[in-house]
Amino acid sequence: MSADHDILHPTLTFSHGIHPGEYKELTEHCRIERMPFVEEYILPLSQHLGAPNKPLVQVGSKVKRGQKIADPGGFVSVALHSPVDGTVKAIGLAENPGGQMVQSIFIKADSFSTQQLSPSVPKSYEDMDIREFISSVQDAGIVGLGGAAFPAHVKFSIPEGKTCRYIMLNGCECEPFLTSDHRTMVEFPDEVIDGTRILQHFLKAEKIFIGIEANKPDAVKILTEKAKTSGLPIEVVPLVVKYPQGAEKMMITAILGKEVPTGKLPVDVETLVTNVSSIAAISQWFRKGQPLIERVVTVTGTAIKRPANVLVPIGTSMRHVVEWCGGITSPSLGNTRILLGGPMMGMVQKSLDTPVVKGTSGILVLTSNEVKDLSQYNCIRCSRCLDACPMHLNPSLLGMLAKKGIWEEMEENHVLDCFECGCCSYVCPSGIPLVQSFRVGKSIIREQKAKQKDKKN
Amino acid sequence: MSTDKKLTVSTSPFLHDKATTPWIMYQVVYSLIPVIGAAYYFFGLGALAVLSFSVAGCLATEVLFSKTAQDNGKATYSFDKIKDGSALITGLLLGLTLPPGFPLWMAFLGGVVSIGMGKMIWGGLGQNVFNPALVGRAFLQATFPTAITTWSPPDGRYFEFRGNNIGIPFFKAENVDGVTTATPLSKMKFDHYFTDWQDLLFGNTGGSLGETCGILFVLAGIYLIARKIIHWRIPVALLLTVIVFSGIFWLIDPLRYPSPVFMLFSGGLMLGTVYMATDLVTSPITPKGAWIYAIGIGVFVVLIRLWGGLPEGVMYAILLMNAATPLINKYVKVKTYGYK
Repeated sequence: MSADHDILHPTLTFSHGIHPGEYKELTEHCRIERMPFVEEYILPLSQHLGAPNKPLVQVGSKVKRGQKIADPGGFVSVALHSPVDGTVKAIGLAENPGGQMVQSIFIKADSFSTQQLSPSVPKSYEDMDIREFISSVQDAGIVGLGGAAFPAHVKFSIPEGKTCRYIMLNGCECEPFLTSDHRTMVEFPDEVIDGTRILQHFLKAEKIFIGIEANKPDAVKILTEKAKTSGLPIEVVPLVVKYPQGAEKMMITAILGKEVPTGKLPVDVETLVTNVSSIAAISQWFRKGQPLIERVVTVTGTAIKRPANVLVPIGTSMRHVVEWCGGITSPSLGNTRILLGGPMMGMVQKSLDTPVVKGTSGILVLTSNEVKDLSQYNCIRCSRCLDACPMHLNPSLLGMLAKKGIWEEMEENHVLDCFECGCCSYVCPSGIPLVQSFRVGKSIIREQKAKQKDKKN
Repeated sequence: MSTDKKLTVSTSPFLHDKATTPWIMYQVVYSLIPVIGAAYYFFGLGALAVLSFSVAGCLATEVLFSKTAQDNGKATYSFDKIKDGSALITGLLLGLTLPPGFPLWMAFLGGVVSIGMGKMIWGGLGQNVFNPALVGRAFLQATFPTAITTWSPPDGRYFEFRGNNIGIPFFKAENVDGVTTATPLSKMKFDHYFTDWQDLLFGNTGGSLGETCGILFVLAGIYLIARKIIHWRIPVALLLTVIVFSGIFWLIDPLRYPSPVFMLFSGGLMLGTVYMATDLVTSPITPKGAWIYAIGIGVFVVLIRLWGGLPEGVMYAILLMNAATPLINKYVKVKTYGYK
């Protein structure tokens, strides 16, 4: 756990992983700019992991910017707010970035509104008990902004009998191209520290780590300075630049030198990991009464005319965001892939009409400059995938089993521990779609398990 | 942007490392260039001729097995498969295990067996259990025991064929120069004569094309490890095993047993260690498995060399451990993150 304060040459990391090209130079120096309001917003009712929202509005309802328009659908679910003053135009199916059609609220913006937030600041957090705090965070619609969109308040609810000795703020942003967390740390360090202060008020952790990959020395520097004067037990930890350093388990291993046991959560090693931007959102909620209605999105790729970090109201269609950044310069769209998220784990979009949601950390346009057509060969057992897998799986074996459809044996070889970072497919010299086949295998195994459970009941 | 419908949909990741299977294969081929140069330096035109014929045998067989039937009943052959470079490596490695004066038709036949029996009947690239070049070599050793143990000495004849190079298939070959020598290992085995270590290191000895300059193989091995084409585990474990195991006997009786240095740089140990034991396809995939495999080869090499009926044991040692590899892969597992 020894701290390494050499920003440029940290030693803390996990074992295995890969070094893809970073491509961060496109946007890492671009100040966050505000996206102008557009005419229409699409707000899918399940932007987070967990139960979908229950709408509180009807077609024709007038809504205000920041007004809650849907309640959480359960404990593992968060509220949803309108990003604009406007009118509910429709409630119906729309395609979400994951490719499914989901119930969504369509809001037509009021073009004469000033779109000022009419803040309803919650009561001071210092007067709250932890239960009130947790439901307040749920009410603010805050989720993990790193990409998985896991409800933040669920993480903050430390189960009975468990302790939270360490809070880890995740500022790794190990996906190539993305810089939204980076810019948030550099431009809103006070919000990051303030959000930490609010969380620490309730969790009273022994130590707070802010893990940042060493390719963001400006963020390390400014947060180290701010941490010094904060009076909080914060240590900013520069980490080796390696993908997937920002994965929860990899960060815990890098900083604490411990592994999270299989099937367990970070809290089982007395740790809570949360994204830095989510923490800044906590501060905005408790100080300004602003729920999660906008987020920083990195719009990037060599085919984007003007790559930028944009503060986008949730629900804005990708088309508008891309147009705001000058559009796509690549003449043939056939080679182009448009992703939400980074190139390693992002989701490809079949059109530009899907909206930016809470988990959208980036809009990335890749062309044949970056995406190569791979010829596929047989596995030559070079073991590059074994040396890349941060979970120390045997992707070569799993790939062979997936090809033959031997799901049981895949499970015996721990495929369910795979978190789909894509390192195996990245390194495979034979171009075998390893992680892609594991996704299929995992969902089939989960389906079979669910069926067996049904039979038993 | 009315062309939205033409966007390509696929799943992440979208970036890929520069290393592809053909790239890896050609890195190995490039690393062999100095070795081939040394073979020419010591054995002249005969060396290049043997290499060319074994490569030709391998490539021809690969093309032959690419035969696909068409709807009109005509068969077509594809040259695509040979572009990945793997058959080229097999051909070069087989050639390097053969004597400089070896009949060229036999070298070609060896290439046919290497690819045909060593690779294609298993299902092609990546599917074989045994190293294809060694399968070809084992066939040649069993079928033509005299030819494969007739050694032409290293000398300055750069532009002449050697020994039985131009023999006619299946007829008793005429040795064109009539000059033969013995290898350091057979001198050790049958005459109890230990060749100077300087000659071994720099390759000034009789032997197969790739049994000469030990130093070149050390350099090639370091190059391949540095470029991450092969991993250091197998060469290091294998050579250490040979040093320790043979060193024990040498210390007990240095007059009867050869020194570890002699063991390392005589025969095909260096060629086998750097290029055959490390064959990606036929060696275990897990780190622990690689250790078991490499130590196994080291033990077999010493056993066969010191007590076997043959002077050289590298080929059989590797083939034996190749046979054990599927089992090692099955039982030696990786330790997954989060498991005890």
